[in-house]
Amino acid sequence: MSVRIKDLPLEEVVAPGRGGCPGCAAVIGARMVTKIAGQNTIMVNSTGCMCVNYGYAGAPLFPYVHSLFENAGAVASGIDAALKADNRRDDINLIVYAGDGGTVDIGFQALSGAVERGHRFLYICYDNEGYMNTGVQRSGATPYGASTTTSPLGKISKGESRPLSRRKDMVRVMAAHGIPYTATASIAYPLDFMRKVQTALAIDGPTYIHLLSPCSIGWGIDPKDTVKVARMAVQTSFAPLYEITGGRQFKVNLRPVNLKPVQEYLSMQKRFRHLLDDPIELDIIQRAVDENWTYLSNC
Amino acid sequence: MRQYLSGNKAAAEGARLAEVKVVAAYPITPQTSIVEYLASFVANGELAAEMIPVESEHSAISATYGASLTGVRTFVASSSQGLALMHEALFMASGLRLPIVMAIANRALASPVTIFTDHQDSLAQRDTGWLQFYVEDCQEVLDTILIAYRVAEDCRVLLPIMVCFDGFYVSHISEPVDVPDVAQVREFLPEFKANYPVLDIANPKMFNVMAFPQFFEEFQRDKHESMVGSEQVIKEAMLDFERIFNRSYSMIETYCTEDADIIIAGLGSMMGTVRTAIDQLRSTGLKIGMAKIKSFRPFPYQDLAQALKGAKVIGILDRDISPGSTGIVYQEVLATLQETPNKCIVDFVLGLGGRDVTIDTIEKATGILEQVLSGSELKRRVIWVDENREVLDIWKVGETNVG
Ligand SMILES: Cc1ncc(C[n+]2csc(CCOP(=O)(O)OP(=O)(O)O)c2C)c(N)n1
Repeated sequence: MSVRIKDLPLEEVVAPGRGGCPGCAAVIGARMVTKIAGQNTIMVNSTGCMCVNYGYAGAPLFPYVHSLFENAGAVASGIDAALKADNRRDDINLIVYAGDGGTVDIGFQALSGAVERGHRFLYICYDNEGYMNTGVQRSGATPYGASTTTSPLGKISKGESRPLSRRKDMVRVMAAHGIPYTATASIAYPLDFMRKVQTALAIDGPTYIHLLSPCSIGWGIDPKDTVKVARMAVQTSFAPLYEITGGRQFKVNLRPVNLKPVQEYLSMQKRFRHLLDDPIELDIIQRAVDENWTYLSNC
Repeated sequence: MRQYLSGNKAAAEGARLAEVKVVAAYPITPQTSIVEYLASFVANGELAAEMIPVESEHSAISATYGASLTGVRTFVASSSQGLALMHEALFMASGLRLPIVMAIANRALASPVTIFTDHQDSLAQRDTGWLQFYVEDCQEVLDTILIAYRVAEDCRVLLPIMVCFDGFYVSHISEPVDVPDVAQVREFLPEFKANYPVLDIANPKMFNVMAFPQFFEEFQRDKHESMVGSEQVIKEAMLDFERIFNRSYSMIETYCTEDADIIIAGLGSMMGTVRTAIDQLRSTGLKIGMAKIKSFRPFPYQDLAQALKGAKVIGILDRDISPGSTGIVYQEVLATLQETPNKCIVDFVLGLGGRDVTIDTIEKATGILEQVLSGSELKRRVIWVDENREVLDIWKVGETNVG
């Protein structure tokens, strides 16, 4: 499968007029998803930025339900079952669009249960690495060293203390469920992301995409730099692009010709500011990123 | 056809006869066999439904409201800890105005842990915007599930309904039950068709969006007024049920109340015991009657006031307690006082965590009501009518037995 820009529909299914912050990557991501999915879509949103920034003007042109914070997987299960029972399943795209808090933390059980039961739906986690809607608290996806309001800098704290290697790796966790397709994606690589959405939607079963979504407020970046930061995450292999089919087959989608030092990524964001002149900390992070990249490259 | 069914089987039969399309439920004693019966109906092709074997009760109710919002008839069942786990999503089901029916085999809540019955689990969900019916025997379980669908789906109501029956006393006791045939049921309960917005590609809508203060209150008010207005719908449904099935039900069911000085009111299977106790007490010349509250939400204030009109003393049986206040049913009945002034209302808390409510219990309570009738004052607001004197100091029991 492949996606070409000239084939994308001009119409906007996620209407303009949304109340998201300037440069919100989650909104950019939603627009890309719907360019592929179109109006033949039912979307479930867990509680978070995306369910409040629709406003009234920015209503999507497809049926939509804001579930609760922790149950998007279960609500999608019910929709899938009802469509089947009512002989309406056809080729309706059933998509969950949920934050990392709603996915990695509080919604983990409902998601795990839903994919284990084999419902047909695409679950996209827009990962802004924290609870942003409630004002930037840490989540199970917050990276080592990041300063948030619940992993703050302090006299004896340097931000999030859980090592990068122990951050919950949702893509591999989902792959371990043995589901047909899981992938990482980035808003800085729209054709890659949209191809993944297209691939996932064609599958009659549960699929999962983890979309890195920089948050200008939570990460301390200039709104105009959202895409740049997302691109640098890939080019430093801090957030590599890869997909796993059948729960086993790894494929790295992009191998940067010259991997950039992770410092270049960290230095774009105020949440890591305190680490930049600490060579020991930078080394710890660089080594964790390298290890992960080596692992992936050998998969 | 007459069959020998447990309350749980009767509940499952009710869902089967209602031809539900999606069932999502999670096992918990004493509700478990409802889930098993439904799974076997689906496995044997006796019910053309999707059964979702969810991983928790929170997901059971979430999947159910997802399915209901997609426009199909749904069924769910739970109890106790499971029902408590659903709490947050119960508001979603009522707020989204979904006609879900849930069977509840009542069971007390931990801690300390128990699997036996009382009404704490469902009464603790009183304010979630669900209608609540409490039933007494297996026939009533089946019939009330059919009535519940008819009421919930009425466009004047569009609210979810809990059909509650006592764990073990009803869920696990088998009785002869008249199981109607599908054609009869269809006459009473037509095939489901959502005539309101659902998740539909042809008519896209957003659900559960933010409501700012200028809207929010009106949503709550509409829910409240629809629930109040559902009294009329329930009565119509019960009349129609009687016409088709020849069994009659009412929101407040009375027994020997016409000339009664003393009336005992309460919920659930213990009211069957009360009926028998009344027969015995009447034979000694006491003018005593009973009002069984079948519909707890909506609470039929006027009907109850009418039933209590002639009584001088009223005893409330509360198989529940709101610690620091009183039993929950008592508070509701107090609210009818506007309509029934000059009465003395006594609150009995009893039968918690499966403690048997026997004819003795009812006679003991009646003894107290007789004293009140002859003018004596009560020292306590809540009377633990069947207290176990040997373990009243539970801290001491803990020291000696548990350590
Ligand atoms: C059960 C429950 N707990 C807490 C909240 C408060 N809450 C709302 S959104 C949110 C954080 C959402 O984080 P995430 O899923 O990462 O999405 P984001 O805000 O980043 O878009 C929290 C904690 C809630 N709505 N429900």
